[in-house]
Amino acid sequence: MPQVTLTVNGKQHSVEVEGRTLLVELLREKLRLTGTHVGCDTSQCGACVVHVDGNSLKSCTTLAVAVDGCSVTTIEGLAAADGTLHPMQEAFREYHALQCGFCTPGMVMSAVDLVQKHPEGLSEQEIREGLEGNLCRCTGYHNIVKAIDAAQEVMHGRRASVAAAAE
Amino acid sequence: MYDFDYHKPTTVADAVALLAADPDAKAVSGGHTLIPALKHRLNKPTSLVDLSGIAEMKGIKQVGNAIVIGAFTRHVEVATSALVKSTIPALAYLASHIGDNQVRNRGTIGGSVSNNDPAADYPSAVLGLGATIHTSSRKIPADEFFLGMFTTAMEPDELLVAIEFPIPEKAGYAKMKNPASRYVMAGAFVSKGPAGVRVAINGAAACVFRQAEMEAALAANWSPEAVAGIKQPADDMNSDIHGSAEYRAHLVTVMAKRAVAAAG
Repeated sequence: MPQVTLTVNGKQHSVEVEGRTLLVELLREKLRLTGTHVGCDTSQCGACVVHVDGNSLKSCTTLAVAVDGCSVTTIEGLAAADGTLHPMQEAFREYHALQCGFCTPGMVMSAVDLVQKHPEGLSEQEIREGLEGNLCRCTGYHNIVKAIDAAQEVMHGRRASVAAAAE
Repeated sequence: MYDFDYHKPTTVADAVALLAADPDAKAVSGGHTLIPALKHRLNKPTSLVDLSGIAEMKGIKQVGNAIVIGAFTRHVEVATSALVKSTIPALAYLASHIGDNQVRNRGTIGGSVSNNDPAADYPSAVLGLGATIHTSSRKIPADEFFLGMFTTAMEPDELLVAIEFPIPEKAGYAKMKNPASRYVMAGAFVSKGPAGVRVAINGAAACVFRQAEMEAALAANWSPEAVAGIKQPADDMNSDIHGSAEYRAHLVTVMAKRAVAAAG
């Protein structure tokens, strides 16, 4: 069976997988990182989004063997070692950007990638369009968009905290 | 998903040899069509030949008056390429509207064009710009490449290596996408340049096709009004739960008008 060596949230792993093993299966079942969710399993909903070498992708539609040698960040890897939340996580909490929470890990990972790729800043419309690959069935997106808007100010150093952005 | 052997060759020659040696082997590029198909057990390859390690299939460059894009170039790379944006902005625009960010971070131009999904975006640019397909063994003009639904002129052990797009004077793309799947209901890629005036329609029929009547009208008068009165016959249009053949035929004219307007 193929051997995959990858770095996940800063820690290196070497794991034996089948050719057909999906990245999300490797993360959830082999590494027990169950923050990454499987929603639709057809690459529509985005609950499984993680970052591979700095780009967001749908881990339910990526073979584990295809990320051999890559660096993966999951929702578990966003917060600081002391538990301080990433500004995007903090903003989701501050703005009540979730209800059931199932889509949240994917939403947060997509949002972080979106904001990182747009240092010039995103309009509300651009945030909405940038979330095209993520479905949320409870919130109506409104607070998610507000949270991302607040987080981008903090991530790009324009405000000190999402709480300040909320005022 | 059934299991399979996995190969990751580093040259086109090795990839072709792997495909030629096993008729049930399949090439995989970004995997955003093939992996969902494998999950549904619609396909049962004995082995997958991953093209991601082949350097000669990557990158975007200008060669004379053409832009040559390697088959293993992801949608996001075409969408954000300064070279493509400055020479064929309609192509960068098209790439930036395929699927969503995560799909664009994985999907490749070679995979999309080889698959020839009737509702894919790229085939319309290839046909609408009069591109040339470079495969592992020959060069195929766009007009001879797309043969039918999910069917191209390539042999099973032939690989798409690069696509050569002549730089047009003007080009534009417009599509109506299904709001749920984001696949194209009807799209039009129009261009005026070294390959003449071309209008390629995707999404509406079983395979991308050229709209000759619109091409003639635009050759005489390059303006949205020139195509506004041209009706696409509904006979060969797709008809499904997302839209009737008549609706798609109507969209063809609307998208062609918008594409010409976008081209300027």
